[in-house]
Amino acid sequence: MFAYTIRRLLAAIPILIAATFIVFWLVSLTVDPVTEEFAGLNPPPPQQTIDLERHRLNLDQGFFVQYFDWLRNLVTHGTFGPALNPATDINSELYHRLGVTMRLIVSAMVLALVLAIITGVLSAYRQYTRFDYTATFFGFLFLAMPTFWIAQLLKTGGITFNEAIGTRLFFTIGETSDIPPDGWWNQFLDVVGHMILPTLSLALITYAAWSRFQRAAMLDVLNSDYIRLARAKGLKPRQVLVKHALRTALIPMTTASALTIATIFGGAVITETVFQWQGMGKFLVQSVLTHDRNATMAWLVVAGTFVIVGNLIADLLYAVLDPRIRYG
Amino acid sequence: MADTAARTPATPTIPSPRRPADGEFTIRERSQWVQVLRRFLRHRAAVVSLFVFIFLVVLAFVGPTLWKYSYTDISSPGGSPPTLNNPFGTDNIGHDNFARVLRGMQQSLKVGFSVMILATGIGAPYGAISGLLGGRVDTLMMRVCDTLLVIPLLAIAAAIGSGAGGTIVVVSLVLGLLGWAVMARIVRGVTLSLREQEFIEAARAMGASTLWIVFRHVLPNVVGAIIVQATLDIAVAVLVESALSFLGVGIQPPDTSLGALTNLARPSVDTQWWLFYAPGVMIILIALTINFIGDGLRDAFDPRQTRQRR
Repeated sequence: MFAYTIRRLLAAIPILIAATFIVFWLVSLTVDPVTEEFAGLNPPPPQQTIDLERHRLNLDQGFFVQYFDWLRNLVTHGTFGPALNPATDINSELYHRLGVTMRLIVSAMVLALVLAIITGVLSAYRQYTRFDYTATFFGFLFLAMPTFWIAQLLKTGGITFNEAIGTRLFFTIGETSDIPPDGWWNQFLDVVGHMILPTLSLALITYAAWSRFQRAAMLDVLNSDYIRLARAKGLKPRQVLVKHALRTALIPMTTASALTIATIFGGAVITETVFQWQGMGKFLVQSVLTHDRNATMAWLVVAGTFVIVGNLIADLLYAVLDPRIRYG
Repeated sequence: MADTAARTPATPTIPSPRRPADGEFTIRERSQWVQVLRRFLRHRAAVVSLFVFIFLVVLAFVGPTLWKYSYTDISSPGGSPPTLNNPFGTDNIGHDNFARVLRGMQQSLKVGFSVMILATGIGAPYGAISGLLGGRVDTLMMRVCDTLLVIPLLAIAAAIGSGAGGTIVVVSLVLGLLGWAVMARIVRGVTLSLREQEFIEAARAMGASTLWIVFRHVLPNVVGAIIVQATLDIAVAVLVESALSFLGVGIQPPDTSLGALTNLARPSVDTQWWLFYAPGVMIILIALTINFIGDGLRDAFDPRQTRQRR
């Protein structure tokens, strides 16, 4: 298992490097950040300033030199290069924001998984009942909702609810209060209060696709011969459902959820924008709007790493779920 | 088959009520496509969705030519809630919101369809070739897919879209050229089981080239999976485009899209709710109907999973 993990991690490195190359190339095709940065300045800055700025950002080199310098910097020093704004340090900025975003993503994924497995299993077990139809309808509805729409809806709903009961139960702006309350317990509550609505909006979007998938996988399993055998042996329905059926039905689900991680990162960007969190999402939007190439690349590398790690965890989970799979 | 009876009333093979059902087998042979159609028609939500979706497409592409305002007109009273004259209200400048929503739908659907065509056109042959060749080529080609799947599509599309200028062409190209990996994986999966079958072997034995086998033998047999995924690709593209426009890096003014409209309306969602909800509901309607159609198509092409009773 350990050797397999190491081998998988090593195999993931070329993928990550290839991904950075593609992204670096695509982003460099689009627009010159320095021209954009100085555009519309009156009087226009002297050529020397422009040249110095290009040199600082390593833009005065050829494309391949730029890329390999960037890669070498990342591998040897672990830095993402200078940001467009000289006062910003990309590494420390991302480091501070990573926790905020991961908090959102992980809790949303856990919530979505729990919801999806429960509704998926029940939908399959009670196929074509009212529960199944209701769950299917809501699944399709959430699947069709843009993330920002559901986030904005929950935000408006939360504000209305707060006004109705006269206290502030849901926080709708930021990831913590500007002035954190005293005591660690109150601070914890403050963080949780800020997290409820964003987590819910990200989880609902994610849950929709997963529950459909879980239902299909579960239906496949429930109609198989070994489940009929388990029933015929006289096992309790609950035991058949949880021990025999669910375990097998979780295997395709693991693949599906691992493939969605990249999408969830995108969804987190939207959710953070709506709820005005100071997370990685805000960082990405700012970098993209200012055409800050190094910052955008840094975001993508961090997100890509997490996607790869997520896929690896999924692969290792296969072995837990399916005893036939052994990683040597 | 009522139409058979109507067209050929004189045929003696029509079973008369007196004849027992276990007599000669008289029903006309059903081709695969007829079966698919019949199974699709049984999925009520999908059929309703298909009609709603066709209505939305017609509304988006024909509606603007018939409607009295164009999306650039600013002749309406500013900031008015929905009235008979402006059924979706107006914004502060005096744009008719209905005309703008129609334009937004048109642009969103255009993006959806072009992304679907691009993603299918690249992904399906790619997956088929990869699965058919197998071995090291397959591994390498799938690594390319893995690479694309590692990159969050929204983020990279945002990065490129903001640099290249947000026109509908750029957005469609970026989403289509980066979003075909899922299609490729699905087609490859089906191809892997197809390539061991005799008809592929026979084609090989007769000296058919790989490309011939791909387009002539493999892809026609994967068409069900391709159509289902292509349908869902439209919905995904519409949603991603709206998210891009929402972040301000999608389709730029003076043109508009459903996502851009909702983004503009977001600050005043409490006071001018019609500006936010009208385009949003249209996004949901488009994506919802497409997903239902996709679901119906999946049932129609793969009946294994639907009508099973325990």
